[in-house]
Amino acid sequence: MKNILITALFTAFFASLSICQGYKVGDVAEDFSLKNVDGKMVSLADYKNAKGYIIIFTCNHCPYAKMYEKRIIELHKKYEKAGFPVIAINPNDPQVEPEDDYDTMVKLSKKKKYPFAYLFDDGQKVYPKFGATRTPHVFILDKDKKVKYIGAIDDEARDESAVQVRYVENAIAAIESGKDPNPSMTKAVGCGIKKKG
Amino acid sequence: MPYTVQSQTVTSSNVAIVDTRELMSLIHTNDDTIRLFNFWATWCKPCVRELPYFEELSQSKSKEKFRLYLVSLDFRKDYKKRLIPFLNKKKITASVLLFDGGNPNNWINTINPDWSGSIPASLIAFRGQSCFEENAFEDLNSLNIFVNRCKSNFKL
Repeated sequence: MKNILITALFTAFFASLSICQGYKVGDVAEDFSLKNVDGKMVSLADYKNAKGYIIIFTCNHCPYAKMYEKRIIELHKKYEKAGFPVIAINPNDPQVEPEDDYDTMVKLSKKKKYPFAYLFDDGQKVYPKFGATRTPHVFILDKDKKVKYIGAIDDEARDESAVQVRYVENAIAAIESGKDPNPSMTKAVGCGIKKKG
Repeated sequence: MPYTVQSQTVTSSNVAIVDTRELMSLIHTNDDTIRLFNFWATWCKPCVRELPYFEELSQSKSKEKFRLYLVSLDFRKDYKKRLIPFLNKKKITASVLLFDGGNPNNWINTINPDWSGSIPASLIAFRGQSCFEENAFEDLNSLNIFVNRCKSNFKL
């Protein structure tokens, strides 16, 4: 009996942990204020005409993030005018991964001519609220900051020409026509977010 | 420092390439062996950092019914160019599976619904039961704690 009780307690404990692991589709995201690569602080509220937000947790060092660099730039170019800007956030602790420090972010965004904000989650306060676990990890919000889609950019990291399903583009098309994205959650391989301990 | 595995010797060039069906049948093997699957890649620094702990663990359990599989998520095109030279250089002796499962959105959930897809990640399987961790292990001790926690939850 005692064992059953302990097992039940453990199960409840771990279940509650997974419940607390960030936003689910349908939750309303909290705004944030993070430093951009130009030195200015950026919040969602700064995007006055936004119909939604493509928030992408990404970073400098991760090979998967690198494979998606060009596609993230293309997403911003394609959707910013329609009211869906890309907002990239580097969630990694540079003490764990030195290549993901702010200075390298500045250099990378200049070199790659990032047309979007590339923000630094200094102190790692924002990514846990979202429940981001890897880079890249996408969260699409509507204009009321309601989470509409969580997951991958598309179904093929290695080779853009082999992509069959463009999850982010499909999700935005759905939001634009007043529907819920389907799928609203996808999974992909990525680099675990670097944190201490 | 090279590691030796007493039960069997697997040379680094002896890497099996597996698809989702093959990997799942290995995970679901219904015998009295506990199987630890570590999902990693040569490009993933925290994965590479924890590999020695997995090799040490496997070595310490060489007399038990325990098997370690290092499941590489490296790209198939990097097999000869990156994976094999890496395994030789690091003198990895554990079984290495190069996993090629197609669209991750399908196979991540098949392997474990709790997995978001980040690596490193580890799965322990025993008689249809499984135990999962989506984080790096800091040292051999924390890996041992994970293995023991899983073992104590498994029904024989």
